Amino acid sequence: MNYRQKRIAINNIVMTLSTISALIGLSFLFWILGVLIFNGIEALNIGIFINEGAPPGYENSGLKQALIGQLLIVMYATAAGVPLGVLAGTYLSEYSQGSKLAEIIRDISDIMMSAPSIVIGAFVYAIVVIPMGHFSGYAGAIALAIIMIPIILRTTDDMLQLVPSTLREAAFALGAPKYKVIIQVVYRGARAGVLTGILLGIARVAGETAPLLFTSFNDNFLNTDMNEAMASLTVTMYNYATSPYEDWQRLGWAAAFILSMFILSLNIIGRLFLLQKRGK
Amino acid sequence: MATIIDVPEEKILHVNNFEFTYAGSDVPNIKKLSMPIAKNCVTALIGPSGCGKTTLLRSFNRMHDLYPGNKYAGEVLFEGRNILDVKEDLITLRTKIGMIFQKPTAFPMSIFDNVAYGLRLQGMKNRSELNDRVEKSLKDAAIWNEVSTRLKQDANGLSGGQQQRLCIARAIAVEPEILLFDEPTSALDPISTQGIEILVSELKERVSIVIVTHNMQQAARVSDYTGFMYLGELIELGQTEELFVTPKEKLTEEYITGKFG
Ligand SMILES: Nc1ncnc2c1ncn2[C@@H]1O[C@H](COP(=O)(O)OP(=O)(O)O)[C@@H](O)[C@H]1O
Ligand SMILES: [Mg+2]
Repeated sequence: MNYRQKRIAINNIVMTLSTISALIGLSFLFWILGVLIFNGIEALNIGIFINEGAPPGYENSGLKQALIGQLLIVMYATAAGVPLGVLAGTYLSEYSQGSKLAEIIRDISDIMMSAPSIVIGAFVYAIVVIPMGHFSGYAGAIALAIIMIPIILRTTDDMLQLVPSTLREAAFALGAPKYKVIIQVVYRGARAGVLTGILLGIARVAGETAPLLFTSFNDNFLNTDMNEAMASLTVTMYNYATSPYEDWQRLGWAAAFILSMFILSLNIIGRLFLLQKRGK
Repeated sequence: MATIIDVPEEKILHVNNFEFTYAGSDVPNIKKLSMPIAKNCVTALIGPSGCGKTTLLRSFNRMHDLYPGNKYAGEVLFEGRNILDVKEDLITLRTKIGMIFQKPTAFPMSIFDNVAYGLRLQGMKNRSELNDRVEKSLKDAAIWNEVSTRLKQDANGLSGGQQQRLCIARAIAVEPEILLFDEPTSALDPISTQGIEILVSELKERVSIVIVTHNMQQAARVSDYTGFMYLGELIELGQTEELFVTPKEKLTEEYITGKFG
């Protein structure tokens, strides 16, 4: 074999191996999605959205308490996590001017992003649930906000830094004060990227179970008081799926399906934002 | 020794023993520089890359203050005061001394909003007043005909040359006393370049202009006075024609005849 033939042969081997690996990975993904969609759609009916949880064997049982609990917890987490994350990212990109503190914050938030979420749950259990004496929706929202902040902080930081510094300088050169430069020029320039980071942050926490087990716990009935234990799709799914009752397991599939579709849409919308920006 | 002429015109800026040192630099990047900037004239700064043209230009609107640790010394007199003073109000200063950058810097907003940006910063809210000023500025920047039908569209859809003229419209909208241009045509094609040069020559009726360029022909075409800089010093300042035809300094002569640079 001469050099050229050898090169072609190696190229073919590597290409075949990597294609096969990609196909294996993809087939598992589609298998999971297929099973989820098949079982999920079968378990879906209108009652799921209007009925609350019920003991096994009852006919009119649903997921209303989990859907509303999930929405409330994620909304409160978003209301706390998005402003904190965006403002902290703004500090890093616009105000820190390469200080040591900024580097430390970046490192810590990178570590927090890869920290197991159950650890965050245990932390909130210790500092919120134990002092309060009971589980609560607030505690769940705090745990999710803590997971969300480093994600939004880092994407905001990165996206703001992508805005060319000459654009900032041009605004300063017209006599703009710093806060107006940031709000009117830098945020505008980074809008799509920051929004994507926010959506991906929400998508990430919406699928968390472990931090909620310790904090908002669960409730089989509808509760809209954030100060009480509260159902969520993830914890409900965990409980129902591990139960021995077939009707509960079906509800578990429905919860899994609804949650996956929600997260999938957030991801798709986030990516569309980025595409739109690049297309311009 | 440097040869710095005095100008017969009124001086809009007077640079006196100016020194500038970047954060982290042990020696001044601009050394003991003195020069007059004549009112309603175009003053060009030429010199090899890295000689300090941009650095000097960005001192006139205190751009260097955006980054920590940069140090000024000496005086730059404007309206009878030293604008290097720590008490100088930079926001007011920058509305009086505007700047056009090397690459066009259209903001991510509509063409109209770009031009109105500086006016709104100054508190102008009246819609018809804004409309008038935006239209006038776009006309003065010779771009009105190309954009009058699409003022609401994103400014990033314009070509590079159009964006640069948009930036000029935005800068003149706030009616500054001085406009600083830092190699405004180095990212543009020859036709756009010609457009900007014509514009510069016209604008000096109303504003005083300092333009940095690495292109000697450009300096010769647009400027009344030319300063030649080398290694952080001003070697020669003279009337443009004289400087190019009969330079007084040997270094200037070597540079304009292409012996280095
Ligand atoms: N941000 C900076 N920090 C430190 N040194 C700089 C910085 N910008 C420019 N310099 C230095 O200052 C000198 C003058 O640069 P500059 O004014 O950009 O030159 P010119 O515009 O004439 O090409 C150069 O030696 C350059 O290396
Ligand atoms: Mg330069």
